[in-house]
Amino acid sequence: MTKRITTPFTREDARTLKAGDTCLITGVIYTARDAAHKRLCELLSAGKPLPMEMENAIIYFVGPTPAKPGQAIGSAGPTTAYRMDAYSPALIAAGQTGMIGKGKRSKEVIDAMKQHGAVYFGATGGCGALLSKCIKKAEIVAYEDLGAEAIRRMEVEDFPVVVIIDSEGNNLYETGREEYLASRRG
Amino acid sequence: MRIIQAEKITDTVRRLCIEANCHLTQDLKDRICDCRKCEPFPVAQGILDQIIENYEIADQNNVPVCQDTGMACVFLDIGQDVHVEGNLEEAIHEGVRRGYTEGYLRKSVVRDPLDRVNTGDNAPAMIYYNIVPGDQLKITVAPKGFGSENMSRIAMLKPSDGIEGVKAFVIKTVEEAGPNPCPPIVVGVGIGGTFDKAAYMAKKALLRPVDSVHTDPFYAALENELLEKINALGIGPQGFGGMTTALAVNIEKCPTHIAGLPVAVNINCHVTRHQSEVI
Repeated sequence: MTKRITTPFTREDARTLKAGDTCLITGVIYTARDAAHKRLCELLSAGKPLPMEMENAIIYFVGPTPAKPGQAIGSAGPTTAYRMDAYSPALIAAGQTGMIGKGKRSKEVIDAMKQHGAVYFGATGGCGALLSKCIKKAEIVAYEDLGAEAIRRMEVEDFPVVVIIDSEGNNLYETGREEYLASRRG
Repeated sequence: MRIIQAEKITDTVRRLCIEANCHLTQDLKDRICDCRKCEPFPVAQGILDQIIENYEIADQNNVPVCQDTGMACVFLDIGQDVHVEGNLEEAIHEGVRRGYTEGYLRKSVVRDPLDRVNTGDNAPAMIYYNIVPGDQLKITVAPKGFGSENMSRIAMLKPSDGIEGVKAFVIKTVEEAGPNPCPPIVVGVGIGGTFDKAAYMAKKALLRPVDSVHTDPFYAALENELLEKINALGIGPQGFGGMTTALAVNIEKCPTHIAGLPVAVNINCHVTRHQSEVI
C-alpha cells in the first residue's frame, strides 16, 4: 500500500515509516548535493543561520538539468547519497527528518537517523525525466553560484519514493536482496 | 586527402551531445524490455516499468533521460587521409559547449579536481583519438555519468590469477557497487594492455551495442558467464532485489606484458548513452 506524505515531515511522521514502504510526497522539499552540503555544515559549525528551515525538512540530493521553456525544472533524479555521508549527521541533528537519494549510507548516518528519527528515501536513479513531472515549482533559495548544485525550494506533488532505511535502521538494500534470493531458493 | 572543416565537427558534436542525452539507442531499450519480461520479482518489475516510462518521456519531450548529463567522452576515428581545417581539439570542446548550453543539459565539469570551480559549459570534453585507414571521420559522443563512474575499479592481477582471478574481480566490483551505480548496469571490462590501456578498453567496451556478440567465441562465452553470475547476485534494479542487475557485459582485450594481467571494470548505469556520426 502506498502511503501519502505531506510536508512538513515531522520526527513522529518519520517514525511511522518502515523500510520498503512506497510513499508519495506532496509539499515543499529542498535540494542540496555535495557543494551545498559542505556550505550548510560550515554555517552550522560557525553557529550561523541556515538559508532555509531545517526543522522537519526533507532534502533531495539532486542537481537538475536546466528547465526548458515551459518547464518548472529539467530532469531531476537522485544522485548517489554516500557523498553526503560526511554532512548528513549534522543536518539531521539540526532538524532534518528526510533525505531522498539513492545508494548506500554510512553507519554514522544511520545512527543519526535512529537517534533523532529520520528516514532515507530512494527515488529511482536514472529516471530524471519521469520524476521531474512531479515537481511543480522550483526556485533557487541559496548558492546560485553553484549552478546545478544550488539549493532549490521545490513544490512537489505525489513524488514517488520508497523507504530504503527507516528510523530503526532497517535497510531495504539488505532485506530486498535477501527476499529475492530466498524466493529463488524456495 | 579529404578536407573537413572544424566548424562541421563542432556542429556534429553539438548535435550528438543533445541526441545522446535525450535518446537511448534501440539495442539498449530492447534489452531493458527483454529483462522486464524475464524479471520474476515484483519490486524489480515496478522499477523496470519506471525506467521504460522514463526513457519514453525523454524520447517524446526531447529532455535528458537522466539529470547527470555526464562528462562528454568523445571518441574520434580519424581516417589517415583526412585533413581538418582549423583547430580540431578546440572544435570538439566548442561542440560540447554549444550542445550542453543549447540543449539545456547540466553543466557538471569543474576546472580543477581540487579547487572545484564549475566551468559553466561542461567543457572540456574527454577526447580519445584513434587513427584509422580511409578518408572518413567517425565521431562518437558518450556522455558518462559519475554515479557509475565512481564505482569503476582497476586491478593489476598476476598472470597466475588467470581467468578465475578476472571473473572474481569483475564480480567483486559489481557486488561492492551494489545499488550505487543505478542498476541495472552495463559492465565494460578491459583485459590486458597496460594500466591505462585497460581502463580505456573498459570505457570503449561500453560503446558496443548490448545485443552484439563478441567476435572471439572464447570472450563471447566469458561475457555470457559473467552476466549470468552477476545476475545471480540478486542486487536487482536499484538494488532493491531482483534478477536484473546487469543488462550486458562487454569485454575488450589486447596483448599484455609477460608479468601482468591488468583488468579494468568501467560500470555504466541503465542510461548507457552514445551516439555516432560519420562525416
